[in-house]
Amino acid sequence: MTMYQPNSEQDLADLLRDADAPLAVQGGATRGVNIAGAPLSTCALNGVRLYEPGALTLVAGAGTPLPEVEVLLAAENQRLAFEPSDLRGLLGTDGIPTLGGAIATNTSGPRRIQSGAARDFLLGVRFVDGMGQIIKNGGRVMKNVTGYDLVKLMAGSHGTLGVLSEVSLKVLPSPECSGTLIWENLDWQASLAIFSAALNSPYDVTGAARLPAFGERPAQTLIRVEGFEASVSYRLSELSGHLKTIAQSAEMTMDVVRNAQLWRSVRDVEPFVGKEGDLWRSSIKPGNMPAFVAALDGEHMIDWAGGLIWSLVPKGRDVRAALNGFGGHCTLLRGAHHLLRFQPEPAPLAALSAGLRKKFDPRGILNVGLMG
Amino acid sequence: MQMPTPDTHILDRKATIAARLRQVLPVDAVVTEPSETRAYECDALTAYRCPPLLVVLPETTKEVSAVLRICYEEGVPVVPRGAGTSLAGGALPTADCVILGVAKMNDVLETDYDNRFIRVQTGRTNLSVTGAVEEAGFFYAPDPSSQLACAIAGNIAMNSGGAHCLKYGVTTNNLMGVTMVMMDGEIVEIGGAHLDAAGLDLLGVICGSEGQLGVVTEATLRILHKPEGARPILIGFDSNEVAGACVSDIIKAGVLPVAIEFMDRPCIEACEAFAQAGYPMCEALLIVEVEGSEAEISHQLGLISEIAGRHNPVELREATDSDEAARIWLGRKSAFGAMGQINDYMCLDGTIPVSTLPEVLRKIGELSAQYGLKVANVFHAGDGNMHPLILFDANKPGDLELCEAMGADVLKLCVEVGGCLTGEHGVGVEKRDLMTAQYTSEDLEAQLNVKDVFDPKWLLNPAKVFPLEVTTPRRSRVLEQRT
Repeated sequence: MTMYQPNSEQDLADLLRDADAPLAVQGGATRGVNIAGAPLSTCALNGVRLYEPGALTLVAGAGTPLPEVEVLLAAENQRLAFEPSDLRGLLGTDGIPTLGGAIATNTSGPRRIQSGAARDFLLGVRFVDGMGQIIKNGGRVMKNVTGYDLVKLMAGSHGTLGVLSEVSLKVLPSPECSGTLIWENLDWQASLAIFSAALNSPYDVTGAARLPAFGERPAQTLIRVEGFEASVSYRLSELSGHLKTIAQSAEMTMDVVRNAQLWRSVRDVEPFVGKEGDLWRSSIKPGNMPAFVAALDGEHMIDWAGGLIWSLVPKGRDVRAALNGFGGHCTLLRGAHHLLRFQPEPAPLAALSAGLRKKFDPRGILNVGLMG
Repeated sequence: MQMPTPDTHILDRKATIAARLRQVLPVDAVVTEPSETRAYECDALTAYRCPPLLVVLPETTKEVSAVLRICYEEGVPVVPRGAGTSLAGGALPTADCVILGVAKMNDVLETDYDNRFIRVQTGRTNLSVTGAVEEAGFFYAPDPSSQLACAIAGNIAMNSGGAHCLKYGVTTNNLMGVTMVMMDGEIVEIGGAHLDAAGLDLLGVICGSEGQLGVVTEATLRILHKPEGARPILIGFDSNEVAGACVSDIIKAGVLPVAIEFMDRPCIEACEAFAQAGYPMCEALLIVEVEGSEAEISHQLGLISEIAGRHNPVELREATDSDEAARIWLGRKSAFGAMGQINDYMCLDGTIPVSTLPEVLRKIGELSAQYGLKVANVFHAGDGNMHPLILFDANKPGDLELCEAMGADVLKLCVEVGGCLTGEHGVGVEKRDLMTAQYTSEDLEAQLNVKDVFDPKWLLNPAKVFPLEVTTPRRSRVLEQRT
């Protein structure tokens, strides 16, 4: 099948204007999603157009490889604070993740609970809608309420409203140091109590996760803080003391390599790499986590202080049934059966979403059927 | 300010519409007497006034739904109103509209510290949200200057910011869910106690839509635990350029203050005369605030002092106690009041890339000379959100128009250097006609399409945000359908 790879925003606009069949929009195709239609890759719309470290601003083509952006930022001691996941290992895909792909899927790692999601760092977009019209919204400044915020709408729209050509992002300074408190073999309830108490402290926690037992290694409940070295050390010891009433004997580490490994493991869901089963990602109210996982068999990795649950369950299991009136939503990342990838929305919201798709992609050619 | 011609069909039916509304609301919740509706004739953009057809003050989401259903059936435009503190005319009525005020809806519905959120009715004021949780050590982060008076409803409509958003973000980054009533009366729930959307980020586009997509009656807001402490440092410079360079160097050094505020000489002089905060007389003043434990604060302020020291400051004053901290903030916080003492003023809020600060300040100075109107600048330097205050005399014929013309030039300048028309106040009616300076017709059409989906009859706050000529075909559809 032909793979379209436009070299400029105008090429992309021409392509979409003239398109007469569905297109499968993709960045680095690292998410293993099967969509009907000829692949349309944004990979050639790449390159950093502007980077001002003093203004914490980066503007780049949607197809710019994430690693390229990360290297550039690291040279100025800055980073993408939303900590985008790299799910290639988990999903068994290759390809290079792109900036546009991270935005279109609104991917965010453990730091989501403190600094926000991809959508919270997106300052502006340029995209081409389903009719081939070039549209911009937002800009490159941090505060902008001029007109409707289509920037947020495009983040997480999975290519169904338009194809991103350029994105502007707020970046943040990298901290001098990271430190983690580690407890072993805490159950769901105790882990939740740790998360809750840690986040309800003044110590600015940037990660609260639980890794399942893995081979010889027992389950680990993790709390992370970041900042200047003296500050990290101070906050870790305060937190450790503060949390003693819930669980004794936390290990404390400020080792650079160990911290990087631990949080990469959470971010990229490494405990489930290479394992069989259906893979789900659920966003719920953190306090419902113990009841939610208790209602399911399989293995679970917890992030976002209990608010994000990665589940590996037997084939065909409908994880959504465990929501049981809790609110929140479950996305099926891997598993070949009748269930939809995205959780169906309540009728009034589904009608609004369908209405928006009809306006932005009236001919229904962009990632058809992916979101509903 | 040009507004659509009132629909005489609606004006003629005022009594019938009021009677229908009285059937679904308590008697005192429908205000029809001209002497009483006058209180709603404007918001904080007081230059423009128009009493509405009538005012409704519902107390529950169900009442809002009943009101909207009737207005939908009658084809009556509805202008939602929070506390009426909009500086952009977001709540300016038309003579044929119903003002839907949420002021009576100010209850706290749920406080959940373990899951770090509060759910409130949106008529609640911004500061009283923090007030409801501060005893437990929590706060609600967005802090617009008007936070004592402004309502969460308006904060959501305008996606309000504040001085501390460099670290904590603006309303959209702290809003987790809403209960919203659609123009046809349907009640929808979007988001909630969980993070991120199941499908399209509808919450993201509702926040900042200036009351044009639905009436948000309840909101789930993220609350955060307070830091151990916070302290500012005051730094004076002999030029705007140097102050701008210092801001950039602080950020590049990896320090992320919670606030960086900037004042220029006219503003410093006015604030000093008004509040006697003890500010040095210089060209530019920065107030930088950091948070954390005592040791963390000292460490960060030490780094900032060191960076500032390289830029030859004329003054470097670190707050040593809470009294001194309060004195440093005193002048800044009274800036608008201070300017109001001297003159009438118009407050702009265009945002610019921080790197263009010296250039923009110089050009604003040139425009000031050209128009013969004084300008004082106070703004959030960390995020480039300017607040030029243009001084004029409301009693002098033609001065307001002159001020508006200069304001338009300043905002166009913000767009030219890569910024935008409004960083936190919203477009309202004030900047409606400048939208074409920032957006192409395709860009605007994409936004109008969103409104078509949420409010097909274009009845919600219809004369705002977009230039009237751009929305005329859509707004007149409802009239055509009737005839």
